Amino acid sequence: MLAYISKRILLIMPALLFVSIISFSMVYLAPGDPAEILLMSPEGSPSPEAIDAFRVRMGLDQPIYVQYLRWLDNVIHGDFGYSYMSERPVADAIMKSFKATLKLSFVSMIVSIVVSIPLGIMAAVKHNTIIDDLCRFGALIGVSIPNFWQAFLLILLFSVYLDWLPVAGYGDGGDLKHMILPAITLGTSSAAVTARLMRSSLLEALSQDYIITARAKGLPEKIVIGKHALKNALIPVVTILGLNLGFLLNGAVVTEWIFGWPGIGDLVVDSIYQRDYTVIQGSILFIAVIFVILNLIVDISYTYLNPRIRYEIVD
Amino acid sequence: MSRLEISNLRVLFPTDDGLVKATNDVDLGIEEGENLGLIGESGSGKTVLGMAILRLLPKDARVEGVVRFNGRDLLSLREEEMRRVRGREIVMILQNPTSALNPVLTVGSQIEEVLRLHKGVDKRSARKRVVELLKMVRIRDASKRVRDYPHQFSGGMKERAMIAMALASDPTLIIADEPTKGLDVTVKREILKLLKEVTERKSMLFITHDLASAAEICERIAVMYAGEILEVAKTEDLLDDPLHPYTEGFLNSLPSRGLKPIRGIGPSLIDLPHGCKFHPRCDHATEVCMREHPPMLQIEDGRQVRCFLHA
Amino acid sequence: MRSWIKNRNILIGLIIISSLIIIAAFAPQVAPHDPTEVNSMVRLQPPSKEYPFGTDHMGRCILSRIVYGARISLLVGVAVISGSLFIGIVLGTISGYFGGLADDVIMRLVDGFLAIPSMFLALALAGTLGPGMVNLMIALIAVEWTSYARVVRGSILSVKEQDFVEATRGLGASDLYILVRHILPNIISPVIVIATLGIGYAILAAAGLSFLGFGVQPPTPEWGSMLDDGRLFMRKAPYIMVFPGLAIMITVLAFNFLGDGLRDEMDPRFRKEIPH
Repeated sequence: MLAYISKRILLIMPALLFVSIISFSMVYLAPGDPAEILLMSPEGSPSPEAIDAFRVRMGLDQPIYVQYLRWLDNVIHGDFGYSYMSERPVADAIMKSFKATLKLSFVSMIVSIVVSIPLGIMAAVKHNTIIDDLCRFGALIGVSIPNFWQAFLLILLFSVYLDWLPVAGYGDGGDLKHMILPAITLGTSSAAVTARLMRSSLLEALSQDYIITARAKGLPEKIVIGKHALKNALIPVVTILGLNLGFLLNGAVVTEWIFGWPGIGDLVVDSIYQRDYTVIQGSILFIAVIFVILNLIVDISYTYLNPRIRYEIVD
Repeated sequence: MSRLEISNLRVLFPTDDGLVKATNDVDLGIEEGENLGLIGESGSGKTVLGMAILRLLPKDARVEGVVRFNGRDLLSLREEEMRRVRGREIVMILQNPTSALNPVLTVGSQIEEVLRLHKGVDKRSARKRVVELLKMVRIRDASKRVRDYPHQFSGGMKERAMIAMALASDPTLIIADEPTKGLDVTVKREILKLLKEVTERKSMLFITHDLASAAEICERIAVMYAGEILEVAKTEDLLDDPLHPYTEGFLNSLPSRGLKPIRGIGPSLIDLPHGCKFHPRCDHATEVCMREHPPMLQIEDGRQVRCFLHA
Repeated sequence: MRSWIKNRNILIGLIIISSLIIIAAFAPQVAPHDPTEVNSMVRLQPPSKEYPFGTDHMGRCILSRIVYGARISLLVGVAVISGSLFIGIVLGTISGYFGGLADDVIMRLVDGFLAIPSMFLALALAGTLGPGMVNLMIALIAVEWTSYARVVRGSILSVKEQDFVEATRGLGASDLYILVRHILPNIISPVIVIATLGIGYAILAAAGLSFLGFGVQPPTPEWGSMLDDGRLFMRKAPYIMVFPGLAIMITVLAFNFLGDGLRDEMDPRFRKEIPH
């Protein structure tokens, strides 16, 4: 098992190296000289001296590969540099917003699971009935609805008309009241995907021979489905946690921004608006590392849950 | 008295391509304590027949006829009542134990389940009984192996576990579907020996395409073709003097008898031939075989054959 | 083929998509007004006979903007998927068919792209490359191509080992011949399914990026940026946001219907089985 895990970790290294290069080159993808753009003020273009001074201060005067290696070295040591705009450490900004994202993702994940698993099971058990059709249609709507539009509809209903919940904001350190609407928005698309997977996975399990064996034993349908089929069907659904993660992080970009939730999505959007490249570089790299590690954990737990694979690896 | 009496059993599956006639007016009886072999090629409807008895076929299957077991018609029982027959009075050993055992439950717990459900025993004594059952089917280190998952068992051991599961509720009838398929010769022999031993005082419907296996443990054999029973006879009679041309052809295609295959291929179950279902492949077919469907003829000693040659 | 027409999902998807294509193609005939015509006399009007979906903060006809917006969304969706398909098929084929070092490099590249959550990658690319439709497409291709490369590679690997390919090779066929004649026809169905679903995803993501201001720029009528326009007038004129959002959802839904239906038809696992 340990050998398997270390092999997996080794395999993700090239990907992370690649991500670091992509993140770093963000500055150079942009048209124009970052120093000049950043120092632009309402009074007009900055003086050449000011630009030079800024470059030296930010290390932009070095050859690109030196800049990259220095940046990488710093990043590995937890130093993501300083924000061009606020001149405060990027790492602090990332950690602070990541905490907010984590909080929101956690609640969204719960919303998503609570809705999707029962729906998926119901659809599979009532296969080819109107209930199944409705569940499938609902799931399709869930993946097709733009989350920024859904956010708007929720705000319109619950904040503007009913005035039950705040329109946006973080409230008192991210309280539940402020979290409900963004969590529903974020949870929807992942719930739709999870429900579909739950349904197809359970249908697949129900078509297996061991289900006939279970029925031939005289077990009531409740146990045939709830124990024999579900135990098998839930294994692939665990991987959905990884997929959910992707949905939650991707959705965080627009959702956090709309609801003014100070998470990492909001941070990235704002830093792009402000061309704050060190923050963009740092947050993209950070989010990728988190994403890769979490996916790895999901993979390993999947392996562990499935006795067939578990023993193959141990032996 | 017959344990099980099947009459006019017909199973139809509606599909996009047409109605599949999986079994057609099957009449078959199994006596108390008897082992009846049901042989036929794949697609002849033998597995469907086995599953129809226990009403395990998919919901869209249309099942008609009567399946009388200990005097009750199983096909007209309510689902609740049927569930008390399944696994308690009649058990089925499905083919391919690798897919028939649940991969995420331990072998022990899958057997234990039967005991708890039908014997009403508590968890502790159920566990003890599971080990005894595994010992009975000669699984070594049974007390340790109960905690194993199916994939940790070899093919032969999985089959033994299936048999142990079947015996757990002490049923009166066992339906065994191809229990020796895919096993190597030595293991196959052991499994057959075991089956013969454990069905000493039970009835068994032994479904197989392997005549040699059936001959080893069955007193009587029924031959199935295209959803129909073509011949029923005592095992020795069938082997020594097959009456139906299909049975004869089937025997001749065995390795021990020269490996001569029957010409042609089995018919489509959607478009069955008119008259005798076997006539397109039969060397003795005459005009009447194409025109008329042969009835089941009763020959002496309870032998039955569905062929105009013996009319 | 007969059953494809019978598949309800495919039918619904096809009907909606072809209607959208017709609307987009005949936009000048369908739209009641010029989509960019500003008229300060009719700002923020609720739906009426003259303006069936109302007007926006600049007095433009929302229905006309949605009709013209169909052009942009379909164009972006199709262009992004074509670009991704091209890159994905070329790299996936090289990777799967030739293996070795090329395979290693390409697959590590795919891993790298997949390591960044797609919306972050697209946002960062679209944001740094600067606003505009072309940059938007580049950003979306960057996140989309990997799935095609992986599917193509996987299918090629499984087809490659099959007997008929070996046999053809034994007969002295060239690599190119084997690829075009035997392997491509075999990988076409999974690719069609994910391409159909991909168009829906690309339209959704493009609208999202435009909503944030990184995609298509005003005054071009685009559904995502129309939602952004409406944001400030949400309380006064909610219909500004209702209709463009509905347009996005219906379009994406249609592609999802079609893709789902195609998958059901092509996946042999869903075929009926009878015990034997």
